[in-house]
Amino acid sequence: MSSREKILSAIRSLTLEPKALPDIPNFSNSGDLVERFTLSISGNKGEVLSKSEFEEWFSSSGFSKVISLSAQFSELATLPLPEDPHALETLEVAILDGQFGVAENGAIWLEDTQLGLRALPFATEHLVIVLDRNRLEDTMHQGYDKIAVAHSGFGLFLAGPSKTADIEQSLVIGAQGAKSLRVVLI
Amino acid sequence: MKANSPSVALFIPCYVDQFYPQVGIATLELLEKLGCKVTYPSGQTCCGQPLANAGYARDTVGTARHFIETFNDFDYVVCPSGSCTLHVKEHFPAIAGLEKEQEALEHKIYELIEFITDVLKIEKLEGKFPHRVGFHSSCHGQRGLHLSSGSELNQPPYNKARKLLENLAGLEWVELSRTDECCGFGGTFAVTEEALSIQMGKDRLADHREHKTEILTGGDMSCIMHLQGIATRSKQEMKFLHLAEILNQALS
Amino acid sequence: MTHPENAAEFLKDAQKSKWHDETLWFVRDKRDKVSKGIPEWEQLRELASGIKDNVLANLADYLEEFERNATKNGIIVHWAADSEEHNRLVLEILQQQNCTAVVKSKSILTEECHLNPYLEKHGVEVVDTDLGERIVQFLNQPPSHIVLPAIHLKKGEISELFHEKLHTEKGNEDPAYLTQAARVHLREKFFAAKVAITGVNFGIAETGEFVVCTNEGNADMGVHLADVHIACMGIEKILPRRKDLGVFLRLLARSATGQPITNYNSHFRSPSPGKEIHLILVDNGRTAQLAREKFRNSLKCIRCGACMNTCPIYRRSGGFSYNSTVPGPIGSILSPGLDLKKHSSLPFASTLCGSCTDVCPVKINIHEQLYEWRQEVTKTQGEFAKGLSMKLANGIFKSPLAYKISGSLMRNALKSLPNSLIYHPLNVWGKNRNLPDAPKESFQQWYRKNRS
Repeated sequence: MSSREKILSAIRSLTLEPKALPDIPNFSNSGDLVERFTLSISGNKGEVLSKSEFEEWFSSSGFSKVISLSAQFSELATLPLPEDPHALETLEVAILDGQFGVAENGAIWLEDTQLGLRALPFATEHLVIVLDRNRLEDTMHQGYDKIAVAHSGFGLFLAGPSKTADIEQSLVIGAQGAKSLRVVLI
Repeated sequence: MKANSPSVALFIPCYVDQFYPQVGIATLELLEKLGCKVTYPSGQTCCGQPLANAGYARDTVGTARHFIETFNDFDYVVCPSGSCTLHVKEHFPAIAGLEKEQEALEHKIYELIEFITDVLKIEKLEGKFPHRVGFHSSCHGQRGLHLSSGSELNQPPYNKARKLLENLAGLEWVELSRTDECCGFGGTFAVTEEALSIQMGKDRLADHREHKTEILTGGDMSCIMHLQGIATRSKQEMKFLHLAEILNQALS
Repeated sequence: MTHPENAAEFLKDAQKSKWHDETLWFVRDKRDKVSKGIPEWEQLRELASGIKDNVLANLADYLEEFERNATKNGIIVHWAADSEEHNRLVLEILQQQNCTAVVKSKSILTEECHLNPYLEKHGVEVVDTDLGERIVQFLNQPPSHIVLPAIHLKKGEISELFHEKLHTEKGNEDPAYLTQAARVHLREKFFAAKVAITGVNFGIAETGEFVVCTNEGNADMGVHLADVHIACMGIEKILPRRKDLGVFLRLLARSATGQPITNYNSHFRSPSPGKEIHLILVDNGRTAQLAREKFRNSLKCIRCGACMNTCPIYRRSGGFSYNSTVPGPIGSILSPGLDLKKHSSLPFASTLCGSCTDVCPVKINIHEQLYEWRQEVTKTQGEFAKGLSMKLANGIFKSPLAYKISGSLMRNALKSLPNSLIYHPLNVWGKNRNLPDAPKESFQQWYRKNRS
């Protein structure tokens, strides 16, 4: 017998009391979505910026290695999207469009179509996500309603920069992935 | 005493009977002051919890049967210990032939404080106790019998003992840093994990000391015996009383 | 060594154990605060528990549905009955790729299977890429906590270690500096690795995808740069529907660390063009636990670690005191199912205070299962000395007369004997605690004189 059959038949040999799959109510919270989303992102150690605030930061930083997949900021790109993700090793900034954000925790949904390369939001030194302020959902429940079961090979709820507290519980931003997250609300 | 008052049987845990008779006396006198007709069935022994928690629940059948029979004829069983009460309610082995009696017992046994607040429906007690009182929340009383809200749960805060104590004239309630951390008694744990048990007890005492507890109280004498034992050994100035003793004194 | 021996050892460094207790209490306190910001928190726990109950009641069906959909998506699904088979499957995939160096993100399952030593024995270098895991790997230690692997170490120790391994400045203990050094070191490994291994937080039957959650982004750094992704998943990690993730992702990070969500929550459904995803479904004792009715729902665990942070024992004894891959309360109900003899002291490493049960996001009745495991331990271990004295005690409590005689004997003994001579359990009691003063009469004697 294969291990597959062994495992499945071991389970099927048990008499297990039936248990119904519960329905998930549509929980929602009160409060302004933009305000709550902004608070959540800053709690996650990211930053929410207006378009002009972002442009000011960007122009004063003098980055030379920038990939932008956002139509809003396509002129900021200095590099095309490479074929091989290993070429991202020294990338300074990636600018991507987010599909929507979740107010309760700042999570932003991104799929293959927004990412270009799956490694992009992780490998870059600084990450910028452009998000339509009208595309904010209340909780994760509405978030999953929105994506339903639509197919993407890869999808991700991203909520902040790479961070760790593995040394004495001291929070450090910029562990292995992006050292910062800026969300530009348009 | 009212002629038609329900019959209340006192269940005095074995270690209270042997080491803390004053807690048994205070419980009896307090219930009498509150108008109850109280009897102490003299054949009672122990609930069997030490044995069951050590992994020998199967050997407590005789003890449990004796317990059910002893308390069968009363309307209520009241016990000045949350831990023993919980054991009778939830951990007695099923006793063949006494199914009905056992089920009835599970519903008529009460820890002292919940009996006062939930059965006698007493909202507040008039009396005075001019002291700074620190409350030790026993785990079985709190998380088992829900005598107070747990810090882990998202629920409106409440505390049945506090409700009774706070109304006493002159009583100052001590706010602790960790309101409901275990003291480390844990029955056999106190001896099988001695080092941890002592450390946990020391930490609870330190919290009370930092917040200037004058009298440390609680609903379970076992926790208090453990804390008092550590405090006495390290010569700490703190008094220890069971809730029944405070309420009984306040009402006199 | 037994749990009490290990715990006593840990407590010897009073300053460090106090720090350990306070640090983990701080994490629990964060969890309390963030959970109280969610009005439906208790309802979410109830839902999560209900969903997992349904999963366990229909596990075979869900596993088949998951496999079918994952395969359709282009994921290669393997099944492993035990840890040896799991390790062998991983090695075979690595050998097909001619891979001798692999990056791995946090996976308690691979710890459980002792994958690292197995691969190393076969000439494969394994780099754990979670910072905490890399630290303990440098020290040849297992993680001491499932979410905070290096919580037993102080920054001074890590500074020493990094000075030796990563050539950081001697004496520089700044966590930001040390983390930056690890970043440079680990990114070099990510960009060189052909195969990356991850664990799995959730597998979705409906879509055939699986979800991996991290804060560091290390799982994604590994897999998106590698050609082949191997995901190792316990068979109990299934959820029926994608929308169930809404419930579980709301609970997981809040319970674990008090954050509203982990910063990266990646949903893997199909490999990138030209790449491979292998998923290994592992039993390793899980079907046996499913068969144990009293302990079945321990399989609901989502490995958040909240029960460790809240446990007054764990906080003061450290993760290593349990000598079990999953330490703390949940480990103490999982591990006896794997090896009862080895882990027989774990169900007793608890006061049954019940705090673990009340923080558990999937409402596992942990403290009740600890009680039940105690009953099992005493059955299989034979009637050792403790059992004998307990049996005697039952004989006493059954009979009122015997109880009275022994009670008065005990009170008299307490009065007349020095502490050191009082019988054994009380002797241990008296090492650091006084006994209560022996009263002149029992309550029973008082009652007879005063009331009847």
